Amino acid sequence: MSIAIIIEKCTGCSLCVKACPFGAIKVVDKKAVIDFHKCNLCGACVDACKFKAILLEKKEVKKTSFDSKGVWVFAEQKKGKLQTVGFELLGKAQELAKKLGTEVAAVLLGHNMEHQAKELIARGADIVYLVDKEELANYQSEPYTEVLVKLIRKYKPEIFLCGATTIGRSLISRVAVKINAGLTADCTGLDIDLEKKILLQTRPAFGGNIMATIITPNHRPQMSTVRHKVMKELTPDKNRKGKVIKEDVEPSLLVSRTKLLDIVEEIESTVNLAEADIIVSGGRGLREPKNFSLVQDLAKTLGAAVGSSRAAVDAGWMPYSHQVGQTGRTVCPKIYFAIGISGQIQHLVGMQSSEIIVAINNDPHAPIFQVATYGIVGDLFEVVPALTKKFKEVLKK
Amino acid sequence: MNIIVCIKQVPETTDVKINPETNTLIREGVKSIINPFDMYAIEEAVLLKEKFGGKTTVITMGPPQAQEALREAISLGVDEAILLSDRAFAGSDTWATSYTLASAIKKIGQYDLVICGKQASDGDTAQVGPGIAVWLNIPQVAYVKKVEDIKDNKAIVESMTEEGYDIIETPLPALFTVVKEINTPRLPSLKGMMRAKKAEIITWTKNELDVDNDKIGLKGSPTQVVKIFTPPKRAGGQIFQGETPEAVEKLVNAIKDVV
Repeated sequence: MSIAIIIEKCTGCSLCVKACPFGAIKVVDKKAVIDFHKCNLCGACVDACKFKAILLEKKEVKKTSFDSKGVWVFAEQKKGKLQTVGFELLGKAQELAKKLGTEVAAVLLGHNMEHQAKELIARGADIVYLVDKEELANYQSEPYTEVLVKLIRKYKPEIFLCGATTIGRSLISRVAVKINAGLTADCTGLDIDLEKKILLQTRPAFGGNIMATIITPNHRPQMSTVRHKVMKELTPDKNRKGKVIKEDVEPSLLVSRTKLLDIVEEIESTVNLAEADIIVSGGRGLREPKNFSLVQDLAKTLGAAVGSSRAAVDAGWMPYSHQVGQTGRTVCPKIYFAIGISGQIQHLVGMQSSEIIVAINNDPHAPIFQVATYGIVGDLFEVVPALTKKFKEVLKK
Repeated sequence: MNIIVCIKQVPETTDVKINPETNTLIREGVKSIINPFDMYAIEEAVLLKEKFGGKTTVITMGPPQAQEALREAISLGVDEAILLSDRAFAGSDTWATSYTLASAIKKIGQYDLVICGKQASDGDTAQVGPGIAVWLNIPQVAYVKKVEDIKDNKAIVESMTEEGYDIIETPLPALFTVVKEINTPRLPSLKGMMRAKKAEIITWTKNELDVDNDKIGLKGSPTQVVKIFTPPKRAGGQIFQGETPEAVEKLVNAIKDVV
């Protein structure tokens, strides 16, 4: 793979400089120069150049056929409860598998989970690989990695999907290195290139300012972690047929050097941010910590999770676990309420993929209104209680 | 206790602006900074060194100008800095990056702890830290928000989860990726800045590392970027005017079916 500027054709117009998402091109003496330390060979400059002065040669997708088949989904469980992101992925996996003419399998690691395997079939799995061991009851990075590596080597799936959860992101990074597979993090779009039969993985980069489509042409499985709430669950069908394959593994794979001493739950509201359909977030505009109750009341009425801007966390009004944004959590609920949040870029990158954004702020020029679907410019101390009251009426609570 | 910190130089997000005409990123004149999460990794390493003694080493992979990030780390109290820079490393994805960093850590040899930020603010993958732990075959704890105790070659740490945190005990050497909650990074001291100015930055190319040429850079990267595009702009928002009751009613009507 290589990229080169054809000096004779380059006019130094600098269109490529503007197009480069990596800041890898400079114009020196009226000719474009590529900094190969920064260049990612993405080809954005090739498309931007009006003079065909940039030559990009990419590795062709090898014609070697892989004997891998099947779309796999990691069915994450916590304390024996299946996580909804797995259901969402099964929905997507069904769509991908149809395009490839293959089957969907779920991988379930845990203890006393057999009854849950049926749930995965109802949600779209054709096969469930179940490894039921006491040592797998709770997530631990080493045994989970070893067991998955063993199953992948044995059955050779073509595609492997996992939720971009705290567990998923660390677990699958480990598996990918072990089995020499490519991994794309935090995808928001997945599709199949029908001609080449490969997975097209689209993900936001630079905090959602650009999108990149990524492929893994020469390695299998093609692995992705996928954001919560992006893919749609299927309607569960209790009559769906599928088979459960119980896998045994040798005890040596179940050894963990790290020891899980305790699991502490501390989220104040009952809904966690990643799973929430609705999030109500508050910021500095609330002025005092006690005023967060306005946010909490609205959240309670809507059955929503409570989020917070960095400013409110840094001021000690809310615990860090509620922080949305670049140094906090990335969320994409159906509705995101930003209350008294001005909308600094670091906050926006954490929530701008939400389906609907509602902004309530007294400053009409606050940047939050640029991304908001709906907004009210006004005093939140008046608007929010009125909103809570109105929703109570409408929802008859 | 010897601690190695892996950092990345990234463009400052606050500076990243979109050209409204072409809808592309404006990268000219954008300042480079140490990845925000790596600041917590640096601080934790310095704190642990202050408590337990030993040596802290910071490494990064990047172009020659990534030196600036390393000098900043020295100004914050890190003892030694190593830059991995070679044209052959360019275009590395997380697989190749974790391999290259792990190779450098193996060359450094003596260490009790490797600390990385949770993820980088430009790529947001969170894959390199766990990848390094696998290459080094050492235990890993991700999303560490507190180091409770280190003694008898063991550490007890709190690892953030969606619902709260796990308390995990791990033997050393181990690798931690850290989140913001773990500490408050200090500002550089005057003495630190003087030291950073004069410090010698060790540079290793691929020849100094025991690396397999097929595992580094673009060639060693299983993933390929095939397309980069700007996401469609969010549709123009609707601001509800009028007195509070009126505006609230309009808003509720607009979203009540989704609630």
